[in-house]
Amino acid sequence: MVFEKVAAVYSADGRRSLKPTGEPDEHYECDDVLVAVGQENAFPWIERDIGLDFDQWDMPKVDPVTFQSSNPKVFFGGDAAFGPKNIIWAVAHGHDAAISIDKFVHGQSVEDRPPPMVTLVSQKMGIHEWAYDNDLSNDVRYKVPLVDKDVALKDVRTEVELGFDRKLGYAEAQRCLNCDVQTVFSAPLCIECDACVDICPMDCITFTENGEEEALRARLNAPAHNTTQDLYVSETLKTGRIMAKDEDVCLHCGLCAERCPTGAWDMQRFTLDITHADHRCQQR
Amino acid sequence: MTYITKPKFRHPELEQNARGFTRRDYEGKVSTLCAGCGHDSISAAIIQAVYELDLEPHRIAKMSGIGCSSKTPDYFLGASHGFNSVHGRMPSVLTGANLANRDLIYMGVSGDGDSASIGLGQFAHSIRRGVDMVYIVENNGVYGLTKGQFSATSDRGSRSKRGVVNHDAPIDMVALALQLGATYVGRSFSGDKHQLVPLIKGAIAHHGAAFIDCLSPCVAFNNHEGSTKSYDYVREHNEAVNFLDVITGRAPIKLDQEAGALAIVEQHDGSTLRLRKIHTDYDPSDRVGAMAYLTERAAAGEIVTGLLYVDPNAEDHHDYLNTVEAPLNTLDSEALIPSASALDKINASLR
Repeated sequence: MVFEKVAAVYSADGRRSLKPTGEPDEHYECDDVLVAVGQENAFPWIERDIGLDFDQWDMPKVDPVTFQSSNPKVFFGGDAAFGPKNIIWAVAHGHDAAISIDKFVHGQSVEDRPPPMVTLVSQKMGIHEWAYDNDLSNDVRYKVPLVDKDVALKDVRTEVELGFDRKLGYAEAQRCLNCDVQTVFSAPLCIECDACVDICPMDCITFTENGEEEALRARLNAPAHNTTQDLYVSETLKTGRIMAKDEDVCLHCGLCAERCPTGAWDMQRFTLDITHADHRCQQR
Repeated sequence: MTYITKPKFRHPELEQNARGFTRRDYEGKVSTLCAGCGHDSISAAIIQAVYELDLEPHRIAKMSGIGCSSKTPDYFLGASHGFNSVHGRMPSVLTGANLANRDLIYMGVSGDGDSASIGLGQFAHSIRRGVDMVYIVENNGVYGLTKGQFSATSDRGSRSKRGVVNHDAPIDMVALALQLGATYVGRSFSGDKHQLVPLIKGAIAHHGAAFIDCLSPCVAFNNHEGSTKSYDYVREHNEAVNFLDVITGRAPIKLDQEAGALAIVEQHDGSTLRLRKIHTDYDPSDRVGAMAYLTERAAAGEIVTGLLYVDPNAEDHHDYLNTVEAPLNTLDSEALIPSASALDKINASLR
């Protein structure tokens, strides 16, 4: 097996590429060769004179929002647009590119993009009954069961990961933090009884004087250090204070809403309805 | 009430006290009281106070009687001792337990029904005798467990949820405690933990009978227009005379307030009470003055809160009775069965 010698070279923006060092090739004798290669995008078949610009990596220049290339009639999506990602991204790209194409063929601006629809629906069914399962599991992540090594090594086609069975799958699903269910606070209903503050297992609710964000973050029951996560702050309450909640550590267990005597806290399920291409499919 | 258990997850930065416990370690079971009950806030304040004082849960005994308030010891200090006695008989059980073992910290948790009605006599005599305890009355002015009848602490003229006006005169537990000789008397509000937590800490550190009357609105039956024990009414009429800060041990005291507005009281056990005065002419060491002031402000419709009276050099019933220091169950037969010569000595002294 003959190997070309390369070295890792980093560009100014930190991207790594392998460049030949110019040293002589190296030869290794071997009985068996297992080939493990990655993959990368290549568009040698696209003519370079059709108004499509390529960047330094020889990839087409694509707008990250509209997915339009420098040739307005050509759109890219999936791995072809920004290199290998997973299928979820590819589907999302397809949706957004479809909106662009729909706009383009109707002679509208592809920059003008309709927003997605969002809805919040109360999950309250009874005094302490929710339409979602709010009882959190304390279990640690379950391992996916594997086929016995003796069996797996005998046949390369053997499926090694067995997946969860019904019981294990249920136990793993119980670990879900219900991130889609939001704590929604209504200041006019609050009587400031502190019940939510007392029950919150994460100390993420505080009633305090309003102030600048930096000072407010420091004087919460538990300081909120993650500045990339906004604080949830209410309007001014009857006593002149505000309710401030650190969303960063919330478990969505709904205990604040269960202990709230006036329904000032409600658990509401958030749904995102992504924009569809045809205006008849759009709710807005 | 809540049917799920409180998740064990806690804030990653939750601090530990000197004993290595977090505040969550002092919790009890999930409360079965109505959502929004003031009693739950008092439970949380007790948890916070004990956590801040670095006490070990097994050094505390929680005693209670019957009622919503008396259910609460189940919801805090789950690893402490406890006794749930007959209605209104908590003070006697507490006195007995205290006489048998003075090593524990006794916390009597009671309500206005348990202490001002059926247990009024018991309450009076335990205070009178100077039993070393923290006696907390969770005062909501209503019989919540039996659907909202007036209790003995309901103010004259206040309205029930159904519109009935109360004509009976109220019992003022703080006035009673002062008159009966309690050596640490405070009043607070469940909705104000900044005031309540230091007050409980001071009471735990106090040697002698400490009494705290804590207004605790009943959300289900006494939180309406016309009630004098509702969240809104208590907030509007709350007149705090001082703000307390408790420092245990011999920690150096830094004065960050105006010197004139600060009173420093050193208690028997070495703990220090720092009182930031809000009403500069209020003197918490003057029992007679406190009684007069309270009567005057009560007539003006105000609810006076704060540390109302403290005698830092108070004695308790053990001092009066000259009892043995060791818990009774640790006394061996030599101590319990004195020799014949000891009897001869006593007899000789009586001749």
